[in-house]
Amino acid sequence: MTEKQPVISIRNITKRFGNMVAVDDVSLDILEGEFFVLLGPSGCGKTTLLRMLAGFEMPSDGQILIGGQDMAGVAPNRRPVNMVFQSYAVFPHMSVTDNVAYGLKIAGLEKSEIRHRVDEALDLVSLGGLGTRMPDQLSGGQRQRAALARGLVMRPKVLLLDEPLSALDAKLRAQMQFELAELQDNVGITFVTVTHDQDEALSMASRIAVMNKGDIAQLAEPSDLYEHPANRFVADFIGSVNIFEGKLTVDEPEQAMVDCPELGRVFLNHGVTGAHETTVWVAIRPEKITMLPAGRAKAKDSPADTNIAQGQIKGMSYLGDVTIYDIRLDSGRSIRVSRPNLSRWDQEEFSWDDKVSLHWHPSSPVVLLS
Amino acid sequence: MSLLNRSPIAPLEYTRRLWMRAWIGATLFFLYAPLLVLIVFSFNDSKRNIVWRGFTFKYYGKVFENDTLVAALGNSLTIAFLATLVSIVLGTLAAVMLWRFRFPAKAGIEGALSLPIVVPEICMGVAMLVFFARLDWPSDLVWPLNLSAITIAHITFCFPFVTMVVRARLASFNKEQEEAARDLGASEWQTFRDVLLPHMKPGIIAGALLAFTLSLDDFVITFFTSGPNTITFPVKVYSMVRFSVTPEVNAASALLILLTIILTTVALKLQDFTKATA
Repeated sequence: MTEKQPVISIRNITKRFGNMVAVDDVSLDILEGEFFVLLGPSGCGKTTLLRMLAGFEMPSDGQILIGGQDMAGVAPNRRPVNMVFQSYAVFPHMSVTDNVAYGLKIAGLEKSEIRHRVDEALDLVSLGGLGTRMPDQLSGGQRQRAALARGLVMRPKVLLLDEPLSALDAKLRAQMQFELAELQDNVGITFVTVTHDQDEALSMASRIAVMNKGDIAQLAEPSDLYEHPANRFVADFIGSVNIFEGKLTVDEPEQAMVDCPELGRVFLNHGVTGAHETTVWVAIRPEKITMLPAGRAKAKDSPADTNIAQGQIKGMSYLGDVTIYDIRLDSGRSIRVSRPNLSRWDQEEFSWDDKVSLHWHPSSPVVLLS
Repeated sequence: MSLLNRSPIAPLEYTRRLWMRAWIGATLFFLYAPLLVLIVFSFNDSKRNIVWRGFTFKYYGKVFENDTLVAALGNSLTIAFLATLVSIVLGTLAAVMLWRFRFPAKAGIEGALSLPIVVPEICMGVAMLVFFARLDWPSDLVWPLNLSAITIAHITFCFPFVTMVVRARLASFNKEQEEAARDLGASEWQTFRDVLLPHMKPGIIAGALLAFTLSLDDFVITFFTSGPNTITFPVKVYSMVRFSVTPEVNAASALLILLTIILTTVALKLQDFTKATA
C-alpha cells in the first residue's frame, strides 16, 4: 500500500458559541480513503466539528485544510465535500432522479453527462429503477440511499455523514452498516461519519475519534478502543465495563499488581506505565469475567488470592445470546458479568441470590491512569 | 321496539342528545337561512321582492345589463387582483424575514404586522380616509390609476394574512434541506428558488386566495377610500339597497357569494394539502 496522504487536516480547531466551548483545540488528520468516525455522547462537539468541515459553522480558532487547501472563508457550496444529513433532507418536491441530479445541474454539466452519472449513482446505492419516484413514495432506507447517491454523484473528496443510520430501525441499521462500509470500499471516497452509536462506529470505521466535551478522548482503530482504552471515559463509553479504583503496588516490566479495596488484588501479566503507589483504575469487561458457583473459581496463571472475587447475584437480565448478571461483591460494590448462553439451558444454571465466585485472566484487566 | 334497541348514549356522542341537536339546528338555521332566502328570492319574478311570484332568471340578466354594476365588478376584480399580487410578494417576504432572522424588536414587528387583522375595520377605514385626504392623494386619475388608494388600503389588510399562512407553512420546513442545497453547490438565491419557494408554494397560493376574497368583498374600508368614479361591487350593492331591495340586488349578491365560496374552497383545499405534505 502506498503511503496515504491526509485529505483533511484539522489544526487546533476551537469553536465557541457564546461562553460555551463546543470544540476545544482539536487537531487531527483524516487520511485518503479512510472510513473515519467521530463518536461521542450528545453535546460532545462531534456534529459541530462535522459542520465546520462542511462549512456550515465557522471555526473560532484554528485551520481546516481539505485536499491541502485552506477552507477559511470558503462557502459550503464551494467546498470539495458533500454531506448526508441526519434527516436526509431529500427535496420532497423533486423525484429521486432530480434530487440526485440537482448538484450536477447547478454545476452546469451537460444533460447526457448528468443522466449517465445519476444512473450510475442510483445503481451504486441499489436504487436503479426508482428514479421516477417521489421521496414520499420511498421507505426510510430508500430515502437514505437517495441522500447517499445525491452526495456520491458529486464525486467529492470527502463524504460527510451526520448520524446516517439513526433514523432507521434496528434490523435495517445493522444491514446498512455493512452496506455503507462496502459502498465506501467500492467508491474509495473518504467517509467521515458522526455517530453516538458505538456499535455503528465499531462495525464501520477504519479509525474512530472518541470525543468528550469538545476534546478528543482517544483516536484509534475500533479494536484498540475496546481492548486498549486510553482512559475511563473511553472504557466506559465503548461497550460496558467495570471500573475499580486502586493503588499500584507492584510495577515490574513483566508483571504488575493493583490493590483495589472493592475488588481485591488484581494481577496483570504485563507491565504498566505508572509510578508506584499512584492511584489507578482497573477496567474489566463483563464478558472477560468467568462466573462459577461459590468456591469453585480458581484464577489461572495468577498468584494465590489474586484475580478472584466472591459475591451474590442480585440481578439478571436475559438477552437471548447472553445473560447479564449484576453481582454484589462482598465489598458491597456491584459488578457486571456477562455470560454467553452457549447451550439452550445455560441461563438456568444461576439464579437470584446464588453465591458465586468470579475470576479472570491476568491479561484481561486494563489499567487506566486517568 | 327500535327505541328500546338503541344503545345508550356514550359520553362523547353529543350529536345524539336532544338539546345539542336543537342547538346545532338553531345555529345552522340562523347562519344559512338568510343566505338561502337571498338566493331563492334572486329568482323571484317580482319587483318589490316581498312575495314569491314565480321563477325567473331575468334579474341575473339585468345585473349584467347594469353598466355601473358591471363597472363596479370590474373595479373590484382589478383591485383584488392587484392587491393580491402585491400582498403575496410583501407577505411572503415578511414571512421569510420573521422565520429566518433574529433582529431587534422582532416581537414588536410581528405584532405590528398582525395589527391590520385585529384593528376594527371601521377604524382602518377612517384612518385610510384621513390619511389619503391628508396626502392629497389624487382621485381623478385615469382607470386603473384611480383605484390606487383603494388598492393600497386593501394591501395593508391583505398581506398580513399571506404572512400568517406562509409563516405557518415555513414552520414545517426542514432547514437541513436548505443546507443540503448549499452543500450541493447552490447559491443563496438558487437555494431560495429551488428549495424554499417550492416548499412555500401551497402557503402562498392559499394566502393569495385568502387575500383575493378578502379584497373582493371588503365593504367598510373600501367605502371610506372610494370616490364617485371608483365604486366597487360591494359598495354598489349597498347603494342599490338604499333605494330598494330588488331581486337584482339579490342576484348580484348571490353571484358574489358564489365567487367567494369557490375561492374559499380552493384556499381550504390547498391548506389541507399544506398539512398533508408538511
